[in-house]
Amino acid sequence: MDEHCIEAVELLYHYLDGELTDERRVLIQHHLDACPPCFEAYDFEAELRIVVRQKCRDHVPETLMVRVAAALRDVEEGAE
Amino acid sequence: MADQAKFSELAMEYMPSLYTAALRMTRNPSDAEDLVQEPYLKAYRAFNSFTEGTNLKAWLYRILTNTYINAYRAKKRRPEESDIDDLENFYLYRRLGGLEGATAGRSAEDEVLDHFTETEVKEAIEALPEQFRMAVLLGDVEGFSYKEIAEILDVPIGTVMSRLHRGRRALQKRLYEFGRQRGLVSEREGIHG
Repeated sequence: MDEHCIEAVELLYHYLDGELTDERRVLIQHHLDACPPCFEAYDFEAELRIVVRQKCRDHVPETLMVRVAAALRDVEEGAE
Repeated sequence: MADQAKFSELAMEYMPSLYTAALRMTRNPSDAEDLVQEPYLKAYRAFNSFTEGTNLKAWLYRILTNTYINAYRAKKRRPEESDIDDLENFYLYRRLGGLEGATAGRSAEDEVLDHFTETEVKEAIEALPEQFRMAVLLGDVEGFSYKEIAEILDVPIGTVMSRLHRGRRALQKRLYEFGRQRGLVSEREGIHG
């Protein structure tokens, strides 16, 4: 593991979050393209992010939609 | 009325994600339903002061989190917080290191991720101490930027990053524990680094 790997690993979450400057982002991107072990770590973390996002979903009950729509109508009609 | 129709059109789109966030915060469907009313009512009343560039989604989330903090948050701090700083980054990946039997195009580690259930992911998030749970919900589940999260929670960006990093470590630890309980992973270490 060289100093490029150390830097890439340190900045990986910021990279994934899209919070690096363009300059740094390009540097990390190049390293990931060139370093399979770092790329695999990045790939896993990116995949984990997707899994968390997709599996943290809930069906909205119809009754809730109706309730909110009714509440908004009440506000409009001045009946709070 | 044109205004309400426009508001509904714009705001109702966020109902599924606001409801999900409310569920993770309150951990109770009935409270979540009550909680989710607030952003809609408050934002609608203030809709006239809405300017073209306003970030409606962030605004709705800000109302949601403020309402939660003021009305529902547990008074007692959860005891686990002190353990989180002992966890390192890539907690889950490190412990899956060295898996064999990958199918083509997909690593063995990625396949383990496929096996986590919705229930496990939700429980893992709900088990997080509140401050970390909020950060992970906003950052990882909803995809807000650090700056947006800072505005929603009214904390400095440095605090956002700290809570996100620590929250993610704790989340990974919980997922690892679920994986071990189900026999998806064994006690193994040793990957790059």
